[in-house]
Amino acid sequence: MDLTLEPGATALLGPSGAGKSTLLRLLNRLADPDSGAISLHGEDVRSLDPRALRRRACLVPQLPSPLPGTVAYNVRFGPSLVGRSVDPTRPLELAGLSSAYAEREASRLSVGEQQRVMLARALALEPEVLLLDEPTSALDEHTRAGVEATLAELALRTGVSMVVVTHDRGQANRLATRTVNLRDGRIDG
Amino acid sequence: MIGAASIHISIGEVAASLVLVAVAAAVSLWRRVDLERDLGVAVLRSFLQLTAVGYVIQAIFDSDSLWLVVLLLAVMVGFGSITARSRAKGVPGALGPIVLALATAAVVTIGLVLALGIFHPRPRYLVPVGGMVIGNAMTAAAVSLNRLADEIRGSALRIEATLALGATSWEASRDLVTRSLRSGMITLVDSTKTTGIVFFPGTMVGMLLAGARPLDAVRLQLILLWSLLGSVALSSVLATGLGYRGFFTPAHQLRDLEDGGS
Repeated sequence: MDLTLEPGATALLGPSGAGKSTLLRLLNRLADPDSGAISLHGEDVRSLDPRALRRRACLVPQLPSPLPGTVAYNVRFGPSLVGRSVDPTRPLELAGLSSAYAEREASRLSVGEQQRVMLARALALEPEVLLLDEPTSALDEHTRAGVEATLAELALRTGVSMVVVTHDRGQANRLATRTVNLRDGRIDG
Repeated sequence: MIGAASIHISIGEVAASLVLVAVAAAVSLWRRVDLERDLGVAVLRSFLQLTAVGYVIQAIFDSDSLWLVVLLLAVMVGFGSITARSRAKGVPGALGPIVLALATAAVVTIGLVLALGIFHPRPRYLVPVGGMVIGNAMTAAAVSLNRLADEIRGSALRIEATLALGATSWEASRDLVTRSLRSGMITLVDSTKTTGIVFFPGTMVGMLLAGARPLDAVRLQLILLWSLLGSVALSSVLATGLGYRGFFTPAHQLRDLEDGGS
């Protein structure tokens, strides 16, 4: 596979088992490839500090799994690791959550709300790229449309690039300007 | 009969206690617990192992050599480490942290009770105290590492999500390591709380049987219990604090665990 991702929004589309999520995890080095290389702006990701890389290319996992604690704690956590303190209001707002959520216990929220917390805490790092692993697969249809709208608006407002893994062609078309089809770990068509 | 002033015990008296083993075997057969074989193995092994170690200890006491004590304790650390690792199977690369945990617990605890002048540096004190310290350190290391493996498997998604925010392996698993450390320490803390009420600890029982004054037996028991608290804490904190690394690569990636992840 040889693939170059441009700035903007790219969808990785394919059936389950096609290697979409694996590819996403290679981009921020949550995993390493058995062979081949991944580069960010021409730099081999293995030459970068994995933690710095993950702040630049921040992954929002498929299933929300917030840290125990409040929503605000979750949003502040990433920046606090590098000694930055952030106001959670704007990341929350970008993720479609009012600041009334800040002091609520993250694990007690609905799955859709938790998914937005996961998005907000990624945005708090002000990444260059958001890696979204099936961002709406755990959500019901109504909530899904809301999260999609938030993501589309986010791209317009912040200019952050996105790589969206999805098995839904419609979602790929709605969120991304380019679509890469994956099948059995290869680019298809 | 074993008299109060006597500490000589004949092999016939030991054999007589097999009647109680027969009771256990009868229960096992009657309720089909299927433990008769294990009971047999347990009786035979305890007889052989304790008899052998009895001769070893007798030889060490006779020689009065501290080097032999050090050698014996080193062997105990070795066997204890292998046993603890087999109980904490879910922890990759656990042997190194366990050896370090047991050895440190033994050296620091024994070093302190000697430095404080609680015991004389003689084999007859160091051998039994060392054995207790290493045995308890082994259990604590095994329990806490076992718990750590469960915690990390159960929280794999959350750990990866935290790593994805740029956290180090330690930052992503610190609270789980703390919980595991707690589980390694809590058993002894709890049993120390209830000691004397719910059960009599072994040393005290042994001293009373051997004819010591009750208050002397109690004082020695307190020294041992309190020393064990320290050694168990040291062992658990080292085992978990080093053992968690086995779950991660140097690039702060959660390793693929055999049965987890997608």
